[in-house]
Amino acid sequence: MASIEVNGKSYETDEEGYLINLADWNEEVGAYLAQTEGVTMTDQHWEVINFLRDYYNEFQIAPAVRVLTKAIGKKLGPEKGNSQYLYELFPYGPAKQACKIAGLPKPTGCV
Amino acid sequence: MAAPEFEIPKYREFPTVPAMVPDSMARVRPHVANEKIQSALGYPGALVDDWQEKAIEEFGNLLGKYRSLKVFMDSCVHCGSCTDKCHYFIGTNDPKNMPVARQELMRSVYRRYFTLPGKVFPKLVGARDLTRDVLDEWYTYFWQCSECRRCSVFCPYGIDTAEVTMAARHILDTVGYGQKYSNEILGKVNKIGNNLGLPGPALEDTLQGLEEDVKDDTGIDVKYPLDVAGAEVLLVTPSADFFAEPHIESLIGYGKVFHAAGISWTLSSYASEAGNFGLFDGDYQMMRKVAMRIREQALELGVKRIVVGECGHAWRVAYAFWNTLTGLGAGGDDPFAVELQKQLDPRYKQPSHICEFTWDLIQQGRLKFDKEANDNRVITFHDSCNVARASRMGDYPGGQFDIPRNIIRTVANKFVDMDEATIREVTFCCGGGGGVLTDELIETRVKGAFPRMEALQQVVDRHGVNFMATICAICKAQFTKVLPYYGFNMRLVGGVHQLVSTAIRLGDEQ
Repeated sequence: MASIEVNGKSYETDEEGYLINLADWNEEVGAYLAQTEGVTMTDQHWEVINFLRDYYNEFQIAPAVRVLTKAIGKKLGPEKGNSQYLYELFPYGPAKQACKIAGLPKPTGCV
Repeated sequence: MAAPEFEIPKYREFPTVPAMVPDSMARVRPHVANEKIQSALGYPGALVDDWQEKAIEEFGNLLGKYRSLKVFMDSCVHCGSCTDKCHYFIGTNDPKNMPVARQELMRSVYRRYFTLPGKVFPKLVGARDLTRDVLDEWYTYFWQCSECRRCSVFCPYGIDTAEVTMAARHILDTVGYGQKYSNEILGKVNKIGNNLGLPGPALEDTLQGLEEDVKDDTGIDVKYPLDVAGAEVLLVTPSADFFAEPHIESLIGYGKVFHAAGISWTLSSYASEAGNFGLFDGDYQMMRKVAMRIREQALELGVKRIVVGECGHAWRVAYAFWNTLTGLGAGGDDPFAVELQKQLDPRYKQPSHICEFTWDLIQQGRLKFDKEANDNRVITFHDSCNVARASRMGDYPGGQFDIPRNIIRTVANKFVDMDEATIREVTFCCGGGGGVLTDELIETRVKGAFPRMEALQQVVDRHGVNFMATICAICKAQFTKVLPYYGFNMRLVGGVHQLVSTAIRLGDEQ
């Protein structure tokens, strides 16, 4: 089993670097995961990450891309409520890359 | 998830057969399923100690069960007709991605253990022991096949190469050497009801959000109903339609079609997946388990019709396997089949593809469109392999090619086809089908998309195409990811019902 080390503490991940135990996540771990993805975190990034985590806590799944864009649009203004904005923040794709940084499982299926 | 470095194939002036680069893809293989994923499906958690014995035993079982597999093992004459027909060979130049060579990985083992000359003089007939290297080679190269069956079209003996791939993958599963991506997904369908693992409350929340969006856009209350007993139609669609872009645009379109036609319909949270990954390793029991959820929901909700959304291998399974696996479809007169048949409306094809459904309504004059709403789009159509080569739509051969195009021409003014050597029956796979659509195989996927990208580039250059419509969730996800590698905008791909959605008149604007 793979693992990462943040501030002297070790955390289990899967082959692709997603956290195994969702409860392990904290902001330092998130920041570390972002770094492995080459993503420099800003307040806008954290807005997305926090929304993902809240949604996951309620529904046990990451939100649909459309649900995410709508929520971000409401919070940060309509010009940011689109997937293009999310791709600017998370170039590999908002669903997979942002979920990884948020410590959530990878969305699977035909996505 | 930093993308691995690799060279993107260069467009060819003439589509000549590429020079071979042996073993160029030998290092590219998908993640192996872990114990938890494997055991949830009843497979060994890791490679078993006596894997060689078990694999040969399972190979023998399959040969005994499926006459087709034995014929496919015996009948290849190595004529080479298939060699340059595979998108993975064209894109990777690895000779083991020539269909004949990929199958030879298995045939050489077949000869060793199941034919007399191979048992007695293995070297003389190119028979190989099933060593660990050979097993690893199977895992590598049978996961660089998307089971698209383009090579089969050109095979003079009609060998269904996808069945060979499926058999190899199935043997790998039974010895504990499963693929993470496909098997994790099968576990989720069995547990939660769909490939994404989207629970009922999340689905409900997503659908409510869609109703609000459509209301904001159109001013009309289009419903996206869930678990409604007594609805006329049960729609099963790939769960990606609930989650991903551009998939969800087609889901919006389906809802508008039902609304405009005034036909009651429902989605199901229990049967919230049309895709059936059981197909990818040819395990009919697994396929049946996934498909049975749809039968059970059809019976429970009391629907009269079953319609399948835009999903390639879902339609193959629905069209070709549902009748024998679940009694859903024509032909069965046993009590199990009759129980469902007597509930379903015999005036309609069961199941129907959403394109058949929409096209029927168009022909009856029950849908109206503002075609010019799509005038910003110059559209082409990518035939998805499982729809094109393993199923049909309508009531004549080739309906599966015409009906989606007919719909596009009805809802939009500007449509052009790509080169005829790359569409319809000889369409090129998107490069991500059959269980290959996973991040660690991105190199396989990008290179496998190459022939389609060449054909697309041609219509982009000549006709200004800016929208490639398709009717498969895998194609949509795959193209969204790989289009940028070839300099295209990821939004160039979308669904047929996305175009329908743009142009349809909802009828009650007044």
